[in-house]
This record gives sequence, structure tokens and C-alpha cells, in this order.
Amino acid sequence: MRLPNQKLARNVTLINLLVSAAALSLACAAFVGYDQISFRRGMVNELSVRAQIIASNSVSALLFNDAASARSTLSALRASPDVIWAGICTVQGKSFALYERMRTDRIPELPAIPPGHMESHVFSSGDIVLARAIAFRGRLLGIVYVESDLSVLAQRRKEYAGIALAVLLASMVAALLVSWLFAKSVADPIVGLAALARDVTQNKDYSVRAVPTGRNDEVALLIGAFNEMLEQIEQRDRALREAHHELERRVDERTAQLTHANKELESFSYSVSHDLRAPLRSIDGFSQALLEDYDAQIDASGKDYLRRIRASAQRMGMLIDDLLNLARVSRATIQKEKVDATALAESIVVDLRRAQPGRDVDFRIEKGMEAWADPGLLRIVLDNLLNNAWKFTSKRDHGSIEFGFRRENGGPACYFVRDNGAGFDPKYADRLFGAFQRLHAMTDFAGTGIGLATVQRIVSRHGGSVWAESAVGQGAVFYFTL
Amino acid sequence: MPEPVILLVEDNPDDEALTLRALKKNNIRNEVVVARDGREALDYLFGEGMYESRDVRVKPQVILLDLKLPKLDGFEVLRAMRGNEHTRLLPVVILTSSNEERDRINGYGLGANSYIRKPVEFGEFIEAVKQLGLYWLILNQNAPAAA
Ligand SMILES: Nc1ncnc2c1ncn2[C@@H]1O[C@H](COP(=O)(O)OP(=O)(O)OP(=O)(O)O)[C@@H](O)[C@H]1O
Ligand SMILES: [Mg+2]
Repeated sequence: MRLPNQKLARNVTLINLLVSAAALSLACAAFVGYDQISFRRGMVNELSVRAQIIASNSVSALLFNDAASARSTLSALRASPDVIWAGICTVQGKSFALYERMRTDRIPELPAIPPGHMESHVFSSGDIVLARAIAFRGRLLGIVYVESDLSVLAQRRKEYAGIALAVLLASMVAALLVSWLFAKSVADPIVGLAALARDVTQNKDYSVRAVPTGRNDEVALLIGAFNEMLEQIEQRDRALREAHHELERRVDERTAQLTHANKELESFSYSVSHDLRAPLRSIDGFSQALLEDYDAQIDASGKDYLRRIRASAQRMGMLIDDLLNLARVSRATIQKEKVDATALAESIVVDLRRAQPGRDVDFRIEKGMEAWADPGLLRIVLDNLLNNAWKFTSKRDHGSIEFGFRRENGGPACYFVRDNGAGFDPKYADRLFGAFQRLHAMTDFAGTGIGLATVQRIVSRHGGSVWAESAVGQGAVFYFTL
Repeated sequence: MPEPVILLVEDNPDDEALTLRALKKNNIRNEVVVARDGREALDYLFGEGMYESRDVRVKPQVILLDLKLPKLDGFEVLRAMRGNEHTRLLPVVILTSSNEERDRINGYGLGANSYIRKPVEFGEFIEAVKQLGLYWLILNQNAPAAA
């Protein structure tokens, strides 16, 4: 947990240290450099003044060739501890007088004075040698050389380096202190915020809040904004959850209602199935008994009435069965799977041909049609549509029936059954799908009118729709999607 | 040896009359015992109540069982029969109005031997009874009485 904190603080500390060290080093280097240069210049000046004094004091000694006097002039240099060697030579270049702080008999490298100048100097590793012309009334008498060692300069450099180092160390400590303060005031809250943000993304717990710093800076602003954001997310979350619960509750409620309605429908169907048909059996059975047992007593029209009674009872029996089947289709649980629609249609056609072998009907069924549907229910759909096509082409000399499908630009697969039969008035195209709705007379085409109602229920329970196109005498097309 | 008995369990008098008529039409002359509710059917089979003095060793050749019955319904009769040592192997034909799937599943599940739906058209009903009589009264060999 403390790792990111240390990382941020460490980075800040490192940057602080580096920046201050670099700045200080640069400043020290510049200062030392400048000091060295100005100190050297000062040394040259000082040496030059000494050389001038010696030069003017040794004019008479040179004029009068008094080497002893010149030597005593030089020996005054003993007061300056940095001067280690001095010498005067004549215009001819002969050594005239010498001074050595310590006897070494060493002659340093002597600079030449360029023409037109009175003076010149040369630095070597440990010392500086200055040469000064000795002149009297415009006439050159000789040259004085003064050598000074540079140990003072080195000493000074050492001292400066020490000071710079001390300052550097002090500033490092200061930088560390500043970093620590920074970590306390800026890094800690930010790191805390980062940890919180990570917790929130991991645990999806939007109820937590960052602790305010109590100050009035950008970090406080950040924490405020973060908390505000959490607050909003939490609110939205809560609203969403509530909406979700509400929705779930409603779905449960509806499901319960639906289950209840389904149960009622089921028990209704059940009692219809058991109780409604019994009286019909009595009507039919006893009418038949009358016809058989009282044949002689009943005249022709009486028998006709009895037959009508029987026909109606039987028809009602069929209607009840149809209605029950329709209700069953509505209740059936749907189990979708991949169904070979082509094979299904072909097997239905085989049944149709077997039932009425004499008919001249040409079936065209598209190959390789597959559907995602409940196989039992899809069979009922195709059975009804193909049966209708078969039935309503029965008055044609040559019937033609087609079952195919098409898919229009990415939409759902649309299946169709087309025939060249009696057709119907398109004005009533919607009514066909109601229970017991028929557009043809019973005497023309038999049927109860439950087929298409069943088809529509099955198709809509699959999430699809069914519709029809036709004109009287022009055949009909029934389309459906699943 | 007397003609084997048919036990008809049926509460609706019209259906009873029509069933008897259909049997007669098919020249099935066996004695038909009619029980008008489930309790009565079990009394007959187990020799209880009004049938206390009956010799229960005389067993019906076949039982025609309606499902919707007062007091005990057809399923309960079937369950009680199948749970009893003496009646568990008797042939039972469910003869009812409904063709509800769950009735058929329940019926066969409880050990019915056959399930026939009474058609509305009387001619079809006669035909169904004919098949039933042919099979259960003539062709079928019942399980030995004391196994
Ligand atoms: N292929 C078709 N050509 C012309 N009319 C049709 C066609 N299919 C259906 N219809 C019309 O729609 C009506 C309803 O059809 P539906 O299949 O529901 O009933 P039915 O075929 O008359 O009876 P059932 O299918 O219940 O035996 C039909 O009576 C007929 O008027
Ligand atoms: Mg139809």
C-alpha cells in the first residue's frame, strides 16, 4: 500500500536533489572560476608593482655597475613570502644580481618582453614569472625578473572547494526537507486519492470518499472533484439499481399474472375438454338411437331434422377440439432448434398426395431451407399453409404450389407459400388470421377456419409475423418470418 | 363358467346408456356392472360397502374407467387398484371425453392398459367399442389370477 506513495515522494526528492545539486555546482564552478581569474590578475598586478619598485631602485646600481646595491634591493623581497626567486640582468643579457628565497641555483623559464612593451609574464604549473624592463630616460638598462609561487592560488582553490561542498551538502539537506514537506502536503493526499480510485475501480464501491486536506489548493480541488464524481456515480448507480429492481418486480408481477392466467386457461381448457363434449355425445348418440329404433315412426323430414342435429353436434365437437388445440398452441413451451424446413414440407406433401392421389398438382419446394424453430410447431404451421394451398387449388385443372424463402438485405428470413388457387379478396387479408374467420363458403371449400389463427399464434410466439397477398381468382401468397 | 364381467365406471347416465347401447350393437353380451363413482368401483373390486358379500375372486375381464368422477376420480381408482395385490394386474381401459396430454400421461403413468377418447359421432363410438371388445374380451389373455 505504501509503495506508490514512496515512489512519488522518492521521485520528487530525487528531482529536488538533482536540480539543487546541479544549480549549486554550476554556481560554485562559475564563482571559483571567476575568483581564480581575478586573483591571478591581482597577483600579476602586485608582482608588477614590486618589479617596478625594484626596477626604479636598481637604476643607479645598473648605471654605476653596483651589483651589491642591486642585490640589497632584491633582498627586500624577503618580506614577500610568495616571491621565491628574483634576478636582474643587463641589456647584454648578463646576470647582474640574484635573489633566492632558498638556495637552489635554479633558473626559472624567463619570459621575453615583446618590443614596444615594458613588461610581460608567464604562468607555469606552480608559479608565475614576471619580467620588467629597467629604463632610464628612455634608455634600456636591464631587465628585472620576479618569480612568485602559486601555492596561494591552490590554497584558495582548496578552500573554495571545501566551502562549495559544504554548501552543496547543506542544500541537499534542505532539498530533502522540502521534499518531505512536499510529500506531506501534496504527494500523500494524491497518493491516497490514487489508492482510493483503484479501490473504487476494483470493488465498485462508490460509497467511499476521499478525506479532504482542509486546505485551499489544487489538491483539495482534486479531492473535491473526485468526491463529487463519486457522489454522482453513486446516485446514478442507486437510481439504476432502483429502476432495475422496479423492473424486476414488475416482471415478476407480470410473470405471476401470466402464470396465473395460463393456469386458468389450462384448467378452463381442461374442463371444456371434459365437460363440453359430453352433452354433444348425448345429442348425437340419442339422435342416432331415434333414427335406428324409431325408423318407422319418423317421417322423412323428421329424419332430416335429426340428421341436421347430428351434423351440428358433430361440428360443434370439432369446433371445440379446434379451440382447444389453439389454446394448446398458445400454452405450449417453445423449444427452438435447427429444423430442416425442406424435409418437413416434403413429408407433408407426401401425406397430401396420399390423401388425394388423383390430383394434378405441381409442388416446388426450395432445397436446403433451414429454420430456427420448434419442430412440432413449425410442422403445424407448414401443415396448415400447405393444406390450404392444396385445398384452395382443388378447383384448378393444374395446381401449382411453391414453398421457398428469401432474405432481404440482412432482415430475417422470410418464408412463403404460393399457390395458383381460388385466391381471396385482399380487403379481408387481415381477417383471415382470426379464429373461425373464413372467406369462402363451406359449400365451396370445407374447413372450420382455425388453421390460420393457429399459424399466427405459433409464428408470433416465435417472435415473427405472418401476412398474405392475393386477388380473387389469382392464387395467394402467405409469408411468414420466425 | 359364467361370461366374464365388464366393470363400467361412469357417472353420466347418458354415457352409461350410450356405452351399453354400443356394447349391444357389437353383440357383446357380457354382464356389465356399472359403478357410478370411484368409491363404488373400489367397493366392487375390494368387496366392501354395498358389495360386502361379493366373492372378490370373481374378477372383471376389463374395467372401462371414466376420469372425471364424483368422490374419487379415475386416477385415484387406478392408483388404489394398482396398489392392491388382487387388482394390480386387471386390464384397465380409460374411456373419457378429453384428449388432454396430461390425462394420457397420468393414465399410462398409473398403469392404464389403454386410453380411448369417446368420440362425439356415435358411429365412431360404436367402432371404438367394437375394437375394445374384440381385443380385451376375445384376443387378450389376462395375467394368471394368483401369480
Ligand atoms: N391459399 C389460400 N387461398 C385462398 N384463400 C385462402 C387460402 N388460405 C386461407 N384462405 C382463406 O382464409 C380462410 C381461413 O383459413 P384457415 O386455414 O384459417 O381456415 P380453413 O382452411 O377454412 O379451415 P381449417 O384450416 O380450420 O380447416 C379460409 O377459409 C380461406 O377463405
Ligand atoms: Mg386451413
